[in-house]
Parts: sequence; C-alpha cells; structure tokens
Amino acid sequence: MDILQMNEISKVYGNGIYANRRVNFSVCEGEIHALVGENGAGKSTLMKVLFGLEKPDSGQIIVKGTPVSFQSPQDAMAIGIGMVHQHFMLVPSLSVTENVTLGFEPMGKAFIDRKTARKKVQELSDTFDLKIDLDMPASKLAVGIKQKVEILKALYRGARILILDEPTAVLTPQETVELFIQLKALKEKGFTVIFISHKLREIKQLTDRVSVMRRGELVASVNTEDVSEEEISSMMIGGGYSGHIVKSPAVPKENLVEIKDVKWKDRNSVPVVNGVTFSVRAGEIVGIAGVEGNGQDELIEMITGLKRYDSGEIQMFGSSIKNEEISSLRERGMSYIPSDRMTLGVATSMSIENNLISTKINDPSIYSGKLLSASKIAQLSAKLVSDFRIKCGSSKTEVSMLSGGNIQKVVVAREFTQNARLIIAEQPTRGIDVGAAEFIHNKLVELRDSGCGVLLVSADLDELTKLSDSIIVLHNGQISAYIENVSAVSEIELGHYMLGVNKQSASDIGRAYHTK
Amino acid sequence: MLLGPLSSMRNFGTVIEMMIPITFTGLAVSIMFQAAQFNLASEGSFFMGAVAAAAVATKLSLPPVLSIMVCLLVGAVAGAFVCAIPAILKARFNASEMVSSLMLNYVVLFLGLFILNFFLRDPSFGMLASFPLPDGSKLIHFIPKTRIHAGLFIAVVLVIVTYLFLYKTKSGYSIRTLGQNAKFAHYSGIGVGGAIVSSQMIGGAVAGLGGSVELLGMYDRFQWTSLPGYGWDGVIIAILARNKPQYVPLAAFFLAYLRIGSGIMARVTDVPSELIIIIQSIMIMLITAQALLGKLKHKLVVKETIANGNPS
Amino acid sequence: METLVSLIFTTDFISSVIRVTTPILLATMAVLVSSRAGVLNISIEGTMLFSALMGVVGSSYTGSAWLGLLIAVISGVAFSYLLAFFHLRLKTDVILTGIALNLFSSGFTVFLLFMLTGDKGVSTKLASKVLPNINIPFIEDIPVLGKIISGQNFLTYAAVISVIALHIFLRKTRTGTYIRAVGESPEAVATAGKSVNNIRQTALLISGGLAGLGGAFMSMAYLSMFTKDMIAGRGFIALAAEAMGMSNPFLSFLASLLFGFADALSNNLQLINIPSELTRVVPYLLTIIALAIYAARAKAKSKS
Repeated sequence: MDILQMNEISKVYGNGIYANRRVNFSVCEGEIHALVGENGAGKSTLMKVLFGLEKPDSGQIIVKGTPVSFQSPQDAMAIGIGMVHQHFMLVPSLSVTENVTLGFEPMGKAFIDRKTARKKVQELSDTFDLKIDLDMPASKLAVGIKQKVEILKALYRGARILILDEPTAVLTPQETVELFIQLKALKEKGFTVIFISHKLREIKQLTDRVSVMRRGELVASVNTEDVSEEEISSMMIGGGYSGHIVKSPAVPKENLVEIKDVKWKDRNSVPVVNGVTFSVRAGEIVGIAGVEGNGQDELIEMITGLKRYDSGEIQMFGSSIKNEEISSLRERGMSYIPSDRMTLGVATSMSIENNLISTKINDPSIYSGKLLSASKIAQLSAKLVSDFRIKCGSSKTEVSMLSGGNIQKVVVAREFTQNARLIIAEQPTRGIDVGAAEFIHNKLVELRDSGCGVLLVSADLDELTKLSDSIIVLHNGQISAYIENVSAVSEIELGHYMLGVNKQSASDIGRAYHTK
Repeated sequence: MLLGPLSSMRNFGTVIEMMIPITFTGLAVSIMFQAAQFNLASEGSFFMGAVAAAAVATKLSLPPVLSIMVCLLVGAVAGAFVCAIPAILKARFNASEMVSSLMLNYVVLFLGLFILNFFLRDPSFGMLASFPLPDGSKLIHFIPKTRIHAGLFIAVVLVIVTYLFLYKTKSGYSIRTLGQNAKFAHYSGIGVGGAIVSSQMIGGAVAGLGGSVELLGMYDRFQWTSLPGYGWDGVIIAILARNKPQYVPLAAFFLAYLRIGSGIMARVTDVPSELIIIIQSIMIMLITAQALLGKLKHKLVVKETIANGNPS
Repeated sequence: METLVSLIFTTDFISSVIRVTTPILLATMAVLVSSRAGVLNISIEGTMLFSALMGVVGSSYTGSAWLGLLIAVISGVAFSYLLAFFHLRLKTDVILTGIALNLFSSGFTVFLLFMLTGDKGVSTKLASKVLPNINIPFIEDIPVLGKIISGQNFLTYAAVISVIALHIFLRKTRTGTYIRAVGESPEAVATAGKSVNNIRQTALLISGGLAGLGGAFMSMAYLSMFTKDMIAGRGFIALAAEAMGMSNPFLSFLASLLFGFADALSNNLQLINIPSELTRVVPYLLTIIALAIYAARAKAKSKS
C-alpha cells in the first residue's frame, strides 16, 4: 500500500526553469525506494517539496491517504517525514546530543535538561545500533559519523519515512557498507526509505523499487529486480549519447607543468597533499582520478596559484610558480575551469558579457582606443554564445538567470578561447546535459590535438577513461598509480587504486614525471 | 515644502548649491560600494579635503588660477589619503573597512580641528576659523542672485569621468567585478588587493575634491568644527542611485530639493527640518527592500512559464 | 611621562575607566547577541542614541528614574524591531539598513527634542532624573579596592551582570542555543523546523534592549541630560570590541575595558596640557590600531 503519493507536482524556479513538471511519485510502506536521475534532473527539488522546504507551484501530496500541505519542515516532520541532506545540517560547535535534539530539547525549569536529552539520544543510538560519541562537537566528527548523526536526528524527530539525499557520495566503501546494513535494519523495523542516488550498482544492491527522473519529469517507476543497470542508465539519459569520443593517439611534446614532491598540510597539520610528483606535457590529456577528498582539490588549487604549497616545487612553462599570482599564470597561458563554478567560475549577478571578458580584460581587441568598446564586447560575446550554444535571451542576460548547464558553458566558452597552452579542467561536465558534455569533450580533444596540455580532474570515471591519454590516481594525498595505457585498464582496477586496495611500485609511479 | 524651492531664483539656487557637494560624495560612495567596500570615511575625506584646501589657500600665496588648481589637487590627495587607510588595512590584514572608517572619521575630525586651531587659526577673528581665503582662490559665482559656483561644472565633468571609468576601463571593470564576486575576480586574474585599495582611494579623492570645491565655492574661511555630514548624504545618494554614477546627480538633486524644501518649511511653519532626515531614512529602507520586488518577480516568472508551458 | 604614570595609577582613574567602559560594554554585548545570531547590527549607535533621549524624556514625564530606564529599554527594543522588520521581513541589506537607522536616529532625536523643548541641542529644559550610584556594604570599606568597585552606577553593575547572564543564556537556554545555532548554520535550524527569522528577531530585540541600557547610561548616569549625537561612536567601537573578543562574552568584556581605558585616558590627558583635539583622538585611533592587529593575527592564524 502506498504510504506516500505525490500527484502532479510542478515547481518553477525564479529563472523560469521547471525543476519539476507534473511529477507523479509514490512510495510503498516499508520499502527502500530509489530515486535516480542525472544532476539537475529534479530529484532534490522533489524531495525538498516533500520535506516542506520548497512549496510546489501546483500539485498535491498525500500521506497515508490524507492530503497534506507543508508550510515548513516542521509540518513534514510532524507527519513522520525525515530527511538526511547531502550537505550535512549540523551546527559545528554543538555536541552530537545538542545537534540531535535541536528544536526538540527536553526542558527543565528555565534551562535545557541536558541529562534527559543525553539519555534519550543514548537510548535511540543503542536501539538502532548507531554508535557515536554523544558529547563530541559536530565539527570534530568524521564524515561517516556526521551522517549517522543526521539519521539519528531524523529518528529522534519521529521520522517513519526517511529521505536520504545522495548519502554515499561522501562515504568510503566501508562506510557505505555499514550504511546499507543500517538502512536494511531500519526497513526490517518497518521504516520506509527514499534513497536518492545515481550510483546504479548501489541501487541494485539496496533498493526494492526505483523511480527515474529526467529533466524535471518522472519517466518510470519499476521494481529494481526487473531492470538491469544498463536499462536504468538508458532511462536516466534518455538515449542519444553514444559516449564515443573519436581521438587519435596523443603526440606528447615538452613538459608544461612539472610538479615535484609537492606537499600541503591543512590547519590541523594533516597532510592533505603528501609528496606528489608528475608532469603534464603539451599535446596530451592527463586525468586525475580519486575518491573525493584525497587531495585532488588542493593539488589543483596549488597548481593554479589559488593556494601556496608548503614544500616541493611546481614549475609552469619552465619557471617556478612559488610566488606567482593567478594573473601572471593566466598571462603565460594557463586556463582553468573550476569545479566550484558558482563561486569561482562566474559572478552570477553580472551579465554573460561581463563574465566572458573577465580573463580577456587585457586583450586590446575589446578596446577602441583606451576605452572598452561595448560593440566589440557584444560582438565577441555573440560569437561565443553561438559557438558554445549558450541558451539565453541575449548576451546581456544576467548569469543567474541561466540553468546550471548553460552557466558551465559560459565558463567553458571563456576558458577555451584564451589561446591557452595549458588547460586545467575540473569536473568540466558535471551536471550538464549530454549534448553539452559531448561538445565539451570534443573541444578538449581538439585543443589537445592543437598542442595544448590538458589536466583533467573528474569524479566521472567514464569521462576520465574516455578522454585521458594517461591517468594519475590519487589516494590519501599521494599517487597510488600512474596508468599510461588507459584503454588497458578496467574501472574495477582503477577503483582498487582509488580506494588504496592496490598501489603501484615507486618506479611505476615515478614514470608520471617525464624527463625530456 | 513641495514647491518652496521653486518659489524664487534664490531658493532654487540654494538647491543647486546644496547639490554640488553631495554629488561629489555620492560619486565617491558609489565607486566604493560598486567594489563592495563599505568604507564610510568619505565623510572624513570630504572634511580633510577642505582642511587641506584651506591650508594651501591661506598659507601659500599662489597666483589666482594656479591657487585653485593646487587647492583642488591637494584636497583630492588628502581625501585619497584618508580613505586609503581603511583600504590598506582591509587589503593587507582583512580588517573590516567599515569599522575602521567609522573610527577614522573621528580621528580626522579631531586632527583637522588641531590643524585649524594650531596652524590656520585667525586669532583676530571672533570664532574658531582660519584666515580668510584669498579671492584668487575662490571659485566664481556665475549666476546672479545665487551662489551657484564653478564647482557645478567640475561635478558634471566628474560624473561623466566616473561613468567612463567604471564602465569603460579595465580598472573600473576590476572594481565592479570585485564587488560582485571577489573570488571570481581573483580566479580570473584580477588583482583583488589593487582593486580594493584603488576603489577606496579614488573614492576618497573624489570626496576630498568635493570638500575643497565646497570650501572654495561657498566659504570665506574654513570654519567647520564638526563633520558636515555630506559623507553620509553620499551614502544615501549612492543607495538611491543604486551606485550608478549616471543617476547620482538626479539623486543629489532630489535630496537637495527635499532638504531645502524642509528648511523653507521650517522657517515658515513650526515643523523642524529634521523631519526630512526621518523621511529620507524611511525612503532608503523601502528602496532597499528587495523582498517586495523579489516576490513579485518570482510570481510573474512562474505565471509566464506555466502559461507558455516552456520546458527550459 | 611621570605625570602620566601618576595619573593612571590612581583609584580615581581606575574608577573612571570602569565608568566609561559601561556604555561600551553594554553596546558590545548588544553587538554580541546579534552577531551570534549571524546579523551584523551596526545600528547599535542609533539605538543607544534613541534610548538615551527616551530615557531622559521618560524620567522627566514620569518623575522616576526607574521608569525612565524602563522606557529607554523598551525604546531600544522597539528601535531594533525596525531593523528586524526591514532586514528579516523585507530582506533589506543589513548594513545599508543599519546606516539608514543611524541617520534616522540622529535626525529623529533632534526632531523629538525640538518638538518637546524647542531646543535642538540639549535637554536641559527637561527635568530628567539620574540613576543612582550604589555603595556595596562591606566592599566599600576595603581600602583602594572598595573605592573602585563600590559606589559605581547601578547600570555599571548591570553591565557586568549582563556579561555573565549572556554567557549562561547562550549556553544553557533553548533560545540561546538556537541563537548560536542560527549564527553558525541557519540551515540546521531551518530543517529542525524553527524559523530562522524569528530567532534572529529575538536576538535583535535582546540586542536592542542591551543597547537601550547603554543609551540610558549615557543620558542618565554619565551625563544628566541628553545632548545631540551624544553616543559619539561608542556603538561603532563596540563593533570592534566584539570582533576582538571573538564573540565570546568574557573576551569581549576585556576588549571593551581596553577601549574604556583609552577613553578615560583621553579624558585625563587633557589635564596635563596636551591639546584636547589630540587627546580625543586616542580611543578612536586605538580602535583602529587594535582592529588592525587583531585582523592581522586572525589572518595569520587562518591558513587559506
């Protein structure tokens, strides 16, 4: 029987884009139900509507046969819906107990009754076998533990339906295994779980039913055992992307970047990048693989001049970047597509034009005389908008009015037209549609063939193996493997290097640095 | 109150006279706010600009036109210097430019009074005031029956120059980009520290220039013993003009009109002119109330999208 | 120099440090509550000014210093409600709104004073009351210390108590916990079903009440009347003191003592033939220097 039905839900965001379009979604009591879809397919929005964080513009929610309307998460919680968000909602300085009871503290006469609070949380964590130090401040917890706290929080608030938004994205394999055991135990106890993910293997392992979303619409709901991973995948993507990249063997030339024994420690003196050595040559695409949080973000920040390295040496185009600003690196021919596009890649409140010229501001071709020329900028922008197929009203449109994919195209259009010799691309196609991704992939290969060096970081192994000429695997801030022949390696092998199950010999890893 | 300023040429003249200094500070604050630098020392810069101009005019006996030019130049430099202090503290140490500039206004006031009292004071004059400004250093009044002075032209030119600077030059682009997203500016290779300091120094120079223009255009001696408040007016104008230099004169005129109108009203009736300050403040808050606008906008977009059935 | 030293090490001087610290301390606590809730309240200056006038007006019309104090506090709360309403409900920029409110207060107090007394500068025509100094039994008899600790104004003791009370409030009560939570992670509070806006509003109202006490001190203890723009930047100094105290009540207390010291010093330096223009610069200059040193150290600590 359906414990929950969402009927004809539509949600339109401020930029005029449908996040959800007449979605019909239902969940049976006591099942683990997967909700899948690519980034931006509308999963998160649908769940925010269900949890009372967003109000739908039309449609109806029915829980246990009664229509409900949520003004706030409190209403959703009162009916027994709990949510574990992708980004943890914990207050750093409060203890686990305080975080779990936040909003529902047992009270003494004037003050919070801490003893009772702790006892209650302790009981709960014993019942559900979620072992946590209840007095630790949330800021000091490991990621896996934070997630347990979030689950505990939902249970403490009386949730019977638990929504988990991409819970495994931040977990180690061991933590994932543990989470699945706990979720199955919850199911045994009669809880209903909605599991948002785009990891198909996990969905097959864990869930009873699966609903697929694509571009804001719900395209299918099926029993998980009736479909294969390939079938789910094609429902998600909707066909069309062969995923094939035509590319000739690389012809690498001189070293553009040389990274030698680079180290960086965070403020708690934890080594995050711990002695990395490799080089990127002109005319090749070097991929960096690794589970999130193994030092790749920091490594890229150091190479691009956003962060200073503690020791070791980075040379770009033959000279040290130790004290170089990002501006001089760009001048010398570096271009950079950042993973955090919304804060680094664009100024959302400025027009597309203003975003496109930010790295071209020294280019005389946009000036007439000493002053910037509005017509020349408009011309350049119009060309880039059409070349990179940016969907927008005009190039004067504010970037905040664009969809995520089109914002990424603005970044890419700017960075690909810098006449750069070295392109550093971080998650270049994350969250954008297949057509655009294919376009960007082909562009990268094209740039490589014209003699550019490309350093590619991607969480998408498929993308990485298709594009890269060689792959460096990072694990715990160190290189665990250097793969020269990408077509000869399987994703499973890569996974073993990424998780630190296997590690190559020092001499194999040493080959990542090319002496001329 | 509504029509008072239009009742005579003299009254209308006072509106224009009042508009001149606040156009300068309005531009100054607009430049700094465009860079998202909440430096509120334009008040101090304006004051220091006037002190510096008074010092040059009374201490150096320069030939007429040259004297004006040196006064204005020194006034601008003094203003830039004042606003540079919070700017450098921000760029170097990341100290809040807002708090330090608020404190700096007091420092500048007392420092200025010290200079006035110990170096510029005319002991033969009844009140605390400088020696009289030589005629050759005063800006001409060119409309009979009013005290509208040549500073008006300087203000007009400055509006145009500021507009061109912000929208047509590399530095202006850097300042605007810094103001919209500092991380993006840094990532793009724009010198963030430079833009932080330059926006505030230029703003300070404009305010300082305003102070010297006001002194040379409107006064016979330097005799301010407290901050004149034009810096705060600059904040109001910048908000009204949404930091766009092209709208600054309009906002300045509006504010000056209200001010003079309320002054006339106070003379005719019992209502004190401070009433206008209250009206101004409420106006600012309503203008910055984005929620009123934002909500409306979302409803419209949703309606349109649903009506068009437009998928993306 | 000797005169300076002999000036500082007197009980009178130390006692005056405590006295002039009082309004800064209350203002600092006011800033602290709001900033713990994640709202930068720069309208403390205006709130204090408004309360200073209302205290004077209230005490002169009711004939009671205590009712005057109550009215000052209520006025502070009401004034802060304006900030809360515009910033939280109408989503105005908090800094611009704060600036507007300060301007509003500066004009409105003069307007009101003029309407009530016909004077635009001082409230001498209003027969306002003064809050009492309190002698603490036994302690007042202790040599040296007694002279410093005892005999201070009622509000000075209230200010010190407010530090402790605020500490307990933030740590032990539900509302206090929510205020801290909403400052650190508003999403966590929102997903717990609590209204972020309501909590921030509560914090702002408390902040207004504390600023009201500070304003009352200025016009009903520090001076015995209201004068135009009498807060003279103390509300702004509090912003610096709170930042240096890292939003911790006790450290912020120490920071405001530092500014009180500078303030008292500037008052006393005038006695030894230093031009008053220069001595009056001291507290403001010290704030800038201290702020720069604090920021430099904070920057060195946080490795980017």
